[in-house]
Amino acid sequence: MSIDPHLADLSGPVVHDVIVPARAPWLHHVAAGQTLRIVDLEGNQAVDFLLYAAADDAERYSAQDTVSAQGNLFLREGTVLRSNEGRPMMTIAATSVEYHDTIGGACSCESNTLRYGHHTKAEHACVENFLEANLREGRGKRDIVSNINFFMNVPVEADGSLGIVDGISAPGLTVDLKAEMDVIVVVSNCPQINNPCNGFNPTPVRMIVAE
Amino acid sequence: MTEILASPLDARDHARAMAGTVVEAMPVLPPVADDLPPEVAPSELLWEETVAAGGYATRRLPRGARLRLIDLAGDACASILLFNADMPTERLNVADTVKVQWNAYLGEGKLLLSDMGRVLMSIVEDGAGTHDTFCGTSNAATNAAKYGCGANSGPYPNGRDRFLLGAAKHGLQRRDVHPCVTLFKGAKIEPGGAITPLIGPFPAGRSVLLRAEMDVIMVIANCPHVLDPRDTYTVTPLRATAWRGPVTSEDDPIRNATPEGLRAFLNVEDYYR
Repeated sequence: MSIDPHLADLSGPVVHDVIVPARAPWLHHVAAGQTLRIVDLEGNQAVDFLLYAAADDAERYSAQDTVSAQGNLFLREGTVLRSNEGRPMMTIAATSVEYHDTIGGACSCESNTLRYGHHTKAEHACVENFLEANLREGRGKRDIVSNINFFMNVPVEADGSLGIVDGISAPGLTVDLKAEMDVIVVVSNCPQINNPCNGFNPTPVRMIVAE
Repeated sequence: MTEILASPLDARDHARAMAGTVVEAMPVLPPVADDLPPEVAPSELLWEETVAAGGYATRRLPRGARLRLIDLAGDACASILLFNADMPTERLNVADTVKVQWNAYLGEGKLLLSDMGRVLMSIVEDGAGTHDTFCGTSNAATNAAKYGCGANSGPYPNGRDRFLLGAAKHGLQRRDVHPCVTLFKGAKIEPGGAITPLIGPFPAGRSVLLRAEMDVIMVIANCPHVLDPRDTYTVTPLRATAWRGPVTSEDDPIRNATPEGLRAFLNVEDYYR
């Protein structure tokens, strides 16, 4: 009997296990105490990620509260993902990629026209996915805030130069997120093809929720 | 005062006796400023207000308006929300602002971009050089932990609660309070991602000149930076002066400085066509 390596060292029994197709959104409620494992199946796939408090979805992930509380821009093992009220929503319990991004934002049809040109207006984008997922639960544009990009690499140089560069992830690498409160996870499996965030090839990712 | 105010007219006279009181943190109506740039006529003044230490202000500014913010005493911390006044679901997007301009730091010539690929405001002049796109603002929990209390009604108000009030004055709700930028206090990123706050205090009188590229609603909170290392709540008043100005022309140097910025201006001009 072979053991699925993606299920190794999980916190408890698996309660949900799906493949998110390339370019697609995903929404799931994760209860306090459960762990969400995201598997970068084919390597260097940016997974754009937002969180809302299930009890009150006006409370949501805050990149600014998260980085100021830890005094560092990069999301690593031990990072507490904080809400706009400063409360812990999830903790990065484990990661086989050294760090993840939370300053690079989500691509949108609108920002693509600035970054690359108006010829990209019709291409699919993460904000489209975020909106589609959020609209199912009565949230909308006002609920799109600065997000996390798992498996994405955005260095900041001494003169402030910043950009999305080649990723540091690889096939099969994972991040484990432990829920500190009941949360609603909204994901865009990034469809961007104009920069290296997906290695110029959007691919599926696997979402595993364990007790 | 220990007067007896048993009758409404006595109460009215008591209230009216306060007229003409001048304090530092107040709006001046009608606006008057004796230090306008030479090319600005006094009749073009829109707004003159000093924001209290720990206070907030809001304003709708028309496209083309110039807004001069002055750190009067060297310890102001101007955290800002920006909305499209006519469609406030469009608002400042900090991630797009740094990503599209390929740089973490705000300064002269930089654009404050909305989430719809448009320019809300441009930074025309920057006499401060210390600004922050990363740390956000304080909240009730951070202020309670640091100063013992963070409530709006207490002595150590926090930025987030000020933002909520300012947004509410324009009919906006909790969902509308978005990641902010802060002017006059900086956050420098070290190798490895560590954040070094640049708190000063700085020399008195530094100013920043912004230009509205759309009709905007601005909310400004003037509370101590969330990473201010001092044990005591420390912030000083912020002066805001705004005047009317022309819509940015096609040959404007900030508009044409980068290909990304130019497309953002094209998007603004298309919106107003």
